[in-house]
Amino acid sequence: MSMYPYIVAGWMLAVGLVGIARSRNLIHMVVCLSVVQSSTYVLLLAIGFRKHATAPITQGIAPWRRTVDPVVQALTLTDVVVEATVVALMLALAVDAHKRFGTLDPQRLRELRG
Amino acid sequence: MPPRVRTLLMGLAAASLLGLYVWGAAGLPDFGDTVSVYGTKVASVVSAERQTTNMVSAVVFDYRGFDTLGEEMILFISVVAVALLLRDARDETFEVTAEAERAERSPRGSDAVRALGLAVLGVTFLVGLYVVAHGQLTPGGGFQGGAVLGSALIGIYAAGNFATLRMLEPRGWMDAVHAAGAAGLALLGLGGLLAGGAYFQNFLYTGTSGDLISGGTIPIDNVAVGLEVVGAIALLAAEVLHDGVTAAPPPGEDAA
Amino acid sequence: MMALQAVALTVVAIAATAVVLVDDPVRQSMVASIMGLFLTSAFFALQAPDVALSMLAVSTVVIPALILLAAARVREIAGPGPRSGDDHDRDEGG
Repeated sequence: MSMYPYIVAGWMLAVGLVGIARSRNLIHMVVCLSVVQSSTYVLLLAIGFRKHATAPITQGIAPWRRTVDPVVQALTLTDVVVEATVVALMLALAVDAHKRFGTLDPQRLRELRG
Repeated sequence: MPPRVRTLLMGLAAASLLGLYVWGAAGLPDFGDTVSVYGTKVASVVSAERQTTNMVSAVVFDYRGFDTLGEEMILFISVVAVALLLRDARDETFEVTAEAERAERSPRGSDAVRALGLAVLGVTFLVGLYVVAHGQLTPGGGFQGGAVLGSALIGIYAAGNFATLRMLEPRGWMDAVHAAGAAGLALLGLGGLLAGGAYFQNFLYTGTSGDLISGGTIPIDNVAVGLEVVGAIALLAAEVLHDGVTAAPPPGEDAA
Repeated sequence: MMALQAVALTVVAIAATAVVLVDDPVRQSMVASIMGLFLTSAFFALQAPDVALSMLAVSTVVIPALILLAAARVREIAGPGPRSGDDHDRDEGG
């Protein structure tokens, strides 16, 4: 249990990378990349967690309660929204690649040089 | 490079990455026992200094405001890049009018979906505005509320059709909202400089903790970021949809 | 309370594996949406409500919508036909 969240984050990273490497479709590759991004969120939040601590909201809780680390949560929450737009950019690139080369297969993109 | 060699190289790289990761993770403290000096320090001073009850909002917009500016610029640049990739120079107005006329003649989907959309999306819009406005008090803020508002706009397209979405956010207006949000956050940081402190310093009166207007510049930062995120999501959806609409020839000429 | 976090993280790992194993992008978007939902509950279990809020809105609506829109756009470029006809209100009766 002491290292379990880090193992889960590492597993998600590995699974996402294998998905990217074995992918035959650019859109499938982008979704596997979002899995890799999610693994970084899990790792960040797992590092910030503290046993028997509460969420970092001070309204309505007793002042002597410990809270989890708010700094990693600040990093992660902006990250989630920004990575969604980066995923949109990569999807637009995939659509553009399909327009130019006629295929979404990364193995075949190499053969069709412009 | 033949596929077998590529797979072998991938296997070697993955094995070394896994080894390094396990070595690094083994050096971390146990789950739940990490000592974060910066986090503890921030947690102890934030409610006294900034009068906000949400520590994460204070960290995002006040203590680490410069990082948030960088992230917001990433968002802005991604949306601009998508617009560059997918926007073409063709005459757009004719296509959109044809699409709107088609929508009037043959509405897609069932009435039940549209009624459900009307009920649910109005509530979603309100919840998004609530989340943006209360970022300094409860979990929420510009990023979360902007994402909820953006998902309401996408839901409008899903429950209705593209013409409905076009009527609600003509692209020029959404461009202006998106740009205003991005510029707003950068200019609010300048306010800190003008007040004689550092960039992004909280220069407004912070109010009392628990009020709606508390935390100085944090509520205004929330609104700016909320505007930018909702503009970004609406623009992204509209770019892909509009690209699809203009690429297809209007059927008024085919069907004749 | 550690059991709650362990279960939530295990479910996330299973969902992530499922996302990678699905091949069709349209189906994958739905599985990614479900993975986002499980991630949201895992973030709640890790005492991070702000992150859970943003993950909920983004990963359950915005990401699947973008994937589906991109997949639909690719299908139209590949060739207009009865497959892609339900995206626009095309008057097929002519």
